[in-house]
Amino acid sequence: MILSPIDMTALAARLASLDEVAGRSLWADARARFMRNRAAVGGLIALVLITLFALTGELIAPWSYEEIDWAVMGKAAELGAPAMANGHYFGVDDLGRDMLARTAQGTRISLLVGIIGALISVVVGTLYGAIAGYVGGRTDQIMMRIVDILLAIPFMFVIILLLVMFGRSLFMLFLGIGLLSWLSMARIVRGQTLTLKGREFIEAARASGVPAPIIILRHIIPNLLGIVAVYATLLIPEMIVTESFISFLGLGVQEPLTSLGRLISEGAGTMRYGTIWQLAFPLFFFVATMFAFFFVGDGLRDALDPKDR
Amino acid sequence: MLSFIFKRVMVAIPTLLILIILSFLLMHAAPGGPFTQEKALPPEVLANLNAKYGLDQPLWRQMLSYVWGIVAHFDFGPSFIYKDRTVNEIIAQGFPVTLTYGAIGFVLAVVGGVGLGIAAAVYQNSAADYLAVGIAIGAQVLPNFVLAPILVLVFTLWLGWLPGGGWEGGAWPYVIMPVIALGTSYMASIARIMRSSMLEVLTSNHIRTARAKGLPEYKVIMRHAFKPALVPVLSYLGPAFVAMITGSVVVDMYFSTGGIGKAFVDSALNRDYAVMMGVTLLVGFLTILFNLIVDILYAWIDPKIRY
Amino acid sequence: MALLDVNDLGVSFATADGTVNAVNGVSFALERGQTLGIVGESGSGKSQIAFAIMGLLAKNGRARGSVKFDGTQILGATKPALNALRANHIAMVFQDPMTALNPYMRVSDQMAEVLVHHKGMSKTDAIAASAQMLDAVKIPGARQRIRLYPHEFSGGMRQRIMIAMALLCKPDLLIADEPTTALDVTVQAQIMQLLAELQREFGMATMLITHDLGVIAGFCREVIVLYGGRVMEQAPVDDLFAAPSHPYTRGLLAAIPRLESTGGALRAIAGSPPNMTKAQVGCPFAPRCDMVLPACASTMPDLLPFAPARARACNRRLEDMA
Repeated sequence: MILSPIDMTALAARLASLDEVAGRSLWADARARFMRNRAAVGGLIALVLITLFALTGELIAPWSYEEIDWAVMGKAAELGAPAMANGHYFGVDDLGRDMLARTAQGTRISLLVGIIGALISVVVGTLYGAIAGYVGGRTDQIMMRIVDILLAIPFMFVIILLLVMFGRSLFMLFLGIGLLSWLSMARIVRGQTLTLKGREFIEAARASGVPAPIIILRHIIPNLLGIVAVYATLLIPEMIVTESFISFLGLGVQEPLTSLGRLISEGAGTMRYGTIWQLAFPLFFFVATMFAFFFVGDGLRDALDPKDR
Repeated sequence: MLSFIFKRVMVAIPTLLILIILSFLLMHAAPGGPFTQEKALPPEVLANLNAKYGLDQPLWRQMLSYVWGIVAHFDFGPSFIYKDRTVNEIIAQGFPVTLTYGAIGFVLAVVGGVGLGIAAAVYQNSAADYLAVGIAIGAQVLPNFVLAPILVLVFTLWLGWLPGGGWEGGAWPYVIMPVIALGTSYMASIARIMRSSMLEVLTSNHIRTARAKGLPEYKVIMRHAFKPALVPVLSYLGPAFVAMITGSVVVDMYFSTGGIGKAFVDSALNRDYAVMMGVTLLVGFLTILFNLIVDILYAWIDPKIRY
Repeated sequence: MALLDVNDLGVSFATADGTVNAVNGVSFALERGQTLGIVGESGSGKSQIAFAIMGLLAKNGRARGSVKFDGTQILGATKPALNALRANHIAMVFQDPMTALNPYMRVSDQMAEVLVHHKGMSKTDAIAASAQMLDAVKIPGARQRIRLYPHEFSGGMRQRIMIAMALLCKPDLLIADEPTTALDVTVQAQIMQLLAELQREFGMATMLITHDLGVIAGFCREVIVLYGGRVMEQAPVDDLFAAPSHPYTRGLLAAIPRLESTGGALRAIAGSPPNMTKAQVGCPFAPRCDMVLPACASTMPDLLPFAPARARACNRRLEDMA
């Protein structure tokens, strides 16, 4: 403590020299850190490949996802195994439909649900959390109390309830999953906003009379993007699991559309008849997608938030 | 301590009421009455049915009697589909099954997860550590509906060790796979949380003090590090409980165990709103009750919360 | 035979940025009932000496050299052997009483477990003995308040509890690592006075680690000045204050604010403590020394005795320090 005045000047000098070295932005830094993480880069490559498969798989397959191959129908176990000759590269399902086309289509739905669910949660959760955290006081207490109450509701049951009552459509599915997903995001964002609120540049903006909505949109939210990006990436697989869960129970997307959860459920139902490929291909794509998102999310967290490990 | 519990109960009660009222309104907002069928019923029959189920009353009276039925008698009313059965009967049939494998799964997940987490932290970078971390990552990408078919594939179809489904009054070969399918991923998550919190606690100052006392390592861990390391696990237990109840639906469907999950999916497929609401509310009650228990556990662990 | 005999002690840590040599070739001895102060800035390695003696180094830390307690080598001793010594013969008071006590256990349980473990007392007897010790460190109402949790005490009271806990087994050696740093200034004086009284009463050898020369002055007979993990100077405390033999000691003394000096800026030592990850060549203090010689950059002087009980490690001749 006897050295503190000198320490401060030394520190200032060190900081100045640091600035010269670290001319890169936060995001460039994060990208460099992410690229060094092999598991994360591998996950990203896997994701790109899976997306490509989801988008183009049906073009490669000679059959469409709803077309029934009458030649193998009813004889899936004997004739429907994966083969080059009849054009069913992944085999056929129990009804004689092409598994390659169906897996591609199911993967597409699952990715779509994951991304849209995460988007809803980002938009709603970020706004809700930022407002609660920024306004503070009673408003904050009431808003967070509501989140607590909603979190106490077994949401999977409610989504299924909604789907049953208002009809099983993709829209209801998105709505239901969106309703569920923003809660934890709102909590995280609120916490971050509370710490941001005390920072000088927010104080400065407030002191110079910038209205609250502008401060939230211009100053708070841009500074939350890092953490929001991380949690959104981790939310996508969660959304996919949720959708697959509902589809597994036969309450999700409707025939002839399918999703990975539905395909896994069908494959699991028929595997005792020796048609293991009906389970194996969707299962592989499901697990690969999960792993990929997991490692990408983990890598993003380490890259954007290196101290939180 | 008592006043703390009282305060938590006072928060739980309004949450419950809101849950009941919300679900009643939701049930009412659903398009089509419960007796809307493909073949329209004659108007006088419909009127009779509506009168029998109290649907001709004004909305607020219906709500009041629904809420009162639940609060006073724990009565969820009659099923809309099975005319001779009440929701209570349907739930009472499946609930013991769910409770049996659910409780076993939950206890195994908590005990196993905590144990594995401690072992991984204490023997950091050992085989136990890698096992725990490996299981944790694996379980994160293998949710119950993926694990269940894989289990059946291996233990029933390939090895032939265990029956692929059924309940048989809870005979143990029928319980094993439901419990594993339900509990594994939560055991893994708990292990991961316990490991990192134990690692953090073991570097804290009061652990150094405990070591300076000359206590053997197992005493340092069990007497001094265990409780503080448990706090993050506790906050995960609430969500894990909800997720496991949800997962029981998959178990019931896949292993034909016949718990309330089965009742829920059946009623969902039949549009039997009364049973669906009943199950949803029951799960809601259990969740709130469980969160109350977790709050009390917090207070037991951390003396600062108690007063 | 000295109670504690530290010889050529070194402590190093394996970190992501390379090996950090926190302590290099430190030697000293402490007789029964004597008091020794170790002074140095934060980062000088003074606390690591204490942890090395207790066997409490962090996982990535390694100790070299020799530490003999009562004639027995304890550096690298087995865990059971160390555990038998800890608290029973060598006790330690830690820097931050806010975090050093277990917040989840009653004070009674935390204190009693020491006596139950080392002396085989029953829990009831151990709590009674602990309450007596709390009386000895002047905690009012000890018999009732021993049932409380640490957070229900003030910082000064908690440090008293820490001290009482350390004294439970009447240890031969007490190591106090910055016992007053985390406390208010007014409480600091009370705690140091208490420690001094207890030291006389119990007659245990005491090693006081601090960054504050003022604390040393009132408490210790001998003092070691540490810089960059090396001993700069060793002396009886009165001699050190009267005639410092090392430029660093002189800087430290000059930096103590005094009431009688009116006006004038506070004197500080220019520069900042050395980066310990770099391999050291020469005297670690050389970059900040106002009496630096060309040789200092390349040669680390040995610690050489020059008067009874005094030693210094400096390339300057003693006469230059006058």
